[in-house]
Amino acid sequence: MKPTDITNPEYFHKVVDCQYACPAHTPVPEYIRLIAAERYTDAYMVNWESNVFPGILGRTCDRPCEPACRRGRVEDEPVAICRLKRVAADNKGEVKSLMPTAPKKKNGFKIALIGGGPASLTVARDLAPLGYEIHLYDEWDKAGGMMRTQIPSFRLPESVLDEEVNYVLDMGIHTHFNTYVSSMKKILEKDYDAIFVGTGAPKGRDLPDVEGRPEADKFVHLGIEWLASVAFGHRTTTSKKVIVLGGGNTAMDCCRTARRLGGEKVTVVVRSPFNDMKASPWEIEDAQREDIPILNNMPPKAFVVEGGKLKGMLFGKVAALYDENGKRSLVPTGEPDIFIEADEVLIAIGQDNSFPWIERDLGIKFGKWDLPVVDRTTFQSTLDRVFFGGDAAFGPENVITAVAHGHQAAISIDLFCRGESVYNRPAPMTNLISQKMGIHEWSYDSAVVEDLRYTVPHAEKQVALKDRKVEVELGFNTSVGFKEAQRCLNCDIQTIFNTSRCIECDACMDVCPTSCITFTANGTEDDLRKRLKAPANNTSQDLYVSGNLNTGRVMIKDEDVCLHCGLCAERCPTAAWDMQKYLYQVSKASPIWSISDL
Amino acid sequence: MTYIKPKFRHPELPKNDLGYVKSDYEGAISTLCAGCGHDSISAAIVQSCFELSIEPHRLAKLSGIGCSSKTPTYFLSNSHGFNSVHGRMPSIATGANMANRDLIYLGVSGDGDSASIGMGQFVHAIRKNVNMVYIVMNNGCYGLTKGQNSATTDLGGFSKAGGLNHYPAIDLVSLAIEMGATFVGRSFSGDKNQLVPMIKAAIAHQGFALLDVVSPCVTFNNKAESTKSYDYVRAHLEATSTIDYVPEKEEITVSYEAGMSALVEMHDGSVIQLHKLAPNWDPRDRFSAVRRLQKAQANGEVLTGLLYIDPESKDMHELEQTVDVPLNSLREAELCPGSSVLERVNAEFR
Repeated sequence: MKPTDITNPEYFHKVVDCQYACPAHTPVPEYIRLIAAERYTDAYMVNWESNVFPGILGRTCDRPCEPACRRGRVEDEPVAICRLKRVAADNKGEVKSLMPTAPKKKNGFKIALIGGGPASLTVARDLAPLGYEIHLYDEWDKAGGMMRTQIPSFRLPESVLDEEVNYVLDMGIHTHFNTYVSSMKKILEKDYDAIFVGTGAPKGRDLPDVEGRPEADKFVHLGIEWLASVAFGHRTTTSKKVIVLGGGNTAMDCCRTARRLGGEKVTVVVRSPFNDMKASPWEIEDAQREDIPILNNMPPKAFVVEGGKLKGMLFGKVAALYDENGKRSLVPTGEPDIFIEADEVLIAIGQDNSFPWIERDLGIKFGKWDLPVVDRTTFQSTLDRVFFGGDAAFGPENVITAVAHGHQAAISIDLFCRGESVYNRPAPMTNLISQKMGIHEWSYDSAVVEDLRYTVPHAEKQVALKDRKVEVELGFNTSVGFKEAQRCLNCDIQTIFNTSRCIECDACMDVCPTSCITFTANGTEDDLRKRLKAPANNTSQDLYVSGNLNTGRVMIKDEDVCLHCGLCAERCPTAAWDMQKYLYQVSKASPIWSISDL
Repeated sequence: MTYIKPKFRHPELPKNDLGYVKSDYEGAISTLCAGCGHDSISAAIVQSCFELSIEPHRLAKLSGIGCSSKTPTYFLSNSHGFNSVHGRMPSIATGANMANRDLIYLGVSGDGDSASIGMGQFVHAIRKNVNMVYIVMNNGCYGLTKGQNSATTDLGGFSKAGGLNHYPAIDLVSLAIEMGATFVGRSFSGDKNQLVPMIKAAIAHQGFALLDVVSPCVTFNNKAESTKSYDYVRAHLEATSTIDYVPEKEEITVSYEAGMSALVEMHDGSVIQLHKLAPNWDPRDRFSAVRRLQKAQANGEVLTGLLYIDPESKDMHELEQTVDVPLNSLREAELCPGSSVLERVNAEFR
């Protein structure tokens, strides 16, 4: 293998598994260390710079970082990254004065944002400090988009949402609420220099072909619409017996909301196996904890209506069979159909994009599934001044993905307005600094604690079920937060190897607790992976290869389960190893916020 | 500040025949200087015991005083240990071995502990052919007391503080062969490929097995001109042979051209396969070993590998015709066989 090029910013970025997995590439270990240092405000700001909604995401994020967390590869559970983010948000001090403000003197460009969700708000956050005049349109009377309409208050208190939305709106954003944009043509006719579409995936899927659906219409609701009507207080009660169809997070939100609006017997029915449910495991757990049974392998067959009233639903029974390619088919088992009583049914089986308001003769091309044709890097549509982001761009994802889109779209819009190529993307900001302070002394806490993941306390069920606004998860207090923060392995503190200094004494190889380091003859990657000190079977993790050493051997480090404990550097007599902190920040349209001593 | 070895291990570590992973043979984290050759030797001991599937409770590690003699703390935490007075480890090992012949005895010593204060003890353990592995971690200086010249420092060499060494170095392997040692090898801490099979073979040997392991002292004696430095040893390394240790139940898979290979069957049925790097040399021939050693010495080479082995070795128990079992397993019936036996014994002296 060739020596690893550690000057490539992506090499060490990939070692920080959580940050690499985060669509917005939030510097996770950085803010976790700040939490451990009780610097909650700084921890919040590191988050805010990267993901705009730390308080919201600290409660509702899909957490792609957690399955990626290295800790999950050396013990049972990853670090509770999402919950730690909330610790920062809950305990921060005054932050507004740290945030950039919009200059009084504008730069002369006007931008329209259609839809007031996370993608649009991120674009606004990035462009407003540069002097752009920003107009935000939303059909509701408040901004927040799906974070407001689809995430129930017991998971995300309105006060938290309002606070973080307002940090953006207070940057002098011109809001046009209660304004449903019904024509892109009309928007284009106005004097906007660029238009960003962040309208999400607003159309809930229905089951039009299931028997009895038209007759049952009065008693059947689409999940996301029903959640929105609850969020805005238009709907305050529900029937006693409710069936929720679907296995995603919306279904979980629907069933739990129904329990709070008077639903006594709420049942979730999914057509596929339990293990294939799309909902996050913790959402499923929370629903089950609220006495909501989840029945699986039962596709809906009919809505049973008698005398103009919904009686219930009929379900078939299937089994999931997987062919050799892992493709699933649901095959009826031949068991008798099952009837479940219900007064109301909520359909939460997915949602789609919908652009009835964009005329098709404007030069904005649409492709498969009626999705706009959007460049994956620049988020530009086929009409150069129209950009898309969030769920509107490529279909339903999640909040953190929408934020990541927003940052990139803002860069494109800024480049576009300044007449530069939108492909002229700025490189990430990176920094690599030695953490050595003395013998056995590093400026990070290198000791690896063995604590298991701490659980988050919940509000008492009886209390929580009475009021949909009572938050269920209570978050870590600061002392548990500290302990959980200490579980972080500091994967951003990189092991840097200097080939010319190495005297091949083997000390690093001998001391490494997880057998990551091997000195051996070079070979192909497949060959090396087999003959390292411990097998390197996780091919998603790179091998760090040194140049040729004096004996002709090379140093190979398998990044997979490195604990970043620094013992290799401790035991190195010539400082051929050093622990250096790698800070990787995605460039934004506006300057990156940073604290001086990071 | 921290200097703690985390408890997490690689989740896919291979297991040996006992179901143990290598970390089950580790010890506390070393407090020796970073880069010390002794740590590499400790790691080689861990590796050897893991590969041999030794039950940790069947091994006793013994040492005297010095940097080398601290190392038993850093390997085999689950084994027995005895840290003796300076240079007196051979007596303790002899006594322990007499009392319980069933344990594996692993003595760890240094050039100060063996070639100076403990020289008398060292040669008598050889002479008695005590069944033990005797590893000398040889760094050519008194590292623990700030690097003064030792009895194995090169003639004409300087200590780090500048002291000239006027005296010839004692060559422990030549001395051991002279004293009738039945297994003599030399190796280098920086070459585990050679060291690990040598430790394994030494453990399998029935009798006194000396391993003189050159172990650079990174703090006081790693100067390029020192024959105990990483650079010098690597540049002047001259191996007699490459060596494979093949446990009894395994098949010998490597074959070498005729005349270049020697198979040595060990007492326990295992086999050492030597690939000789120089013809006209036989590790079972004491004279050829001495000749080869002196030639290497004259050329400034560091001759490593298995230098001499006597497969017919008779250890002290065999020579003394001692009882076959550990003394602690003897019960009253064997220890007090009764007055009739006493009568018979007494009668022999009449």
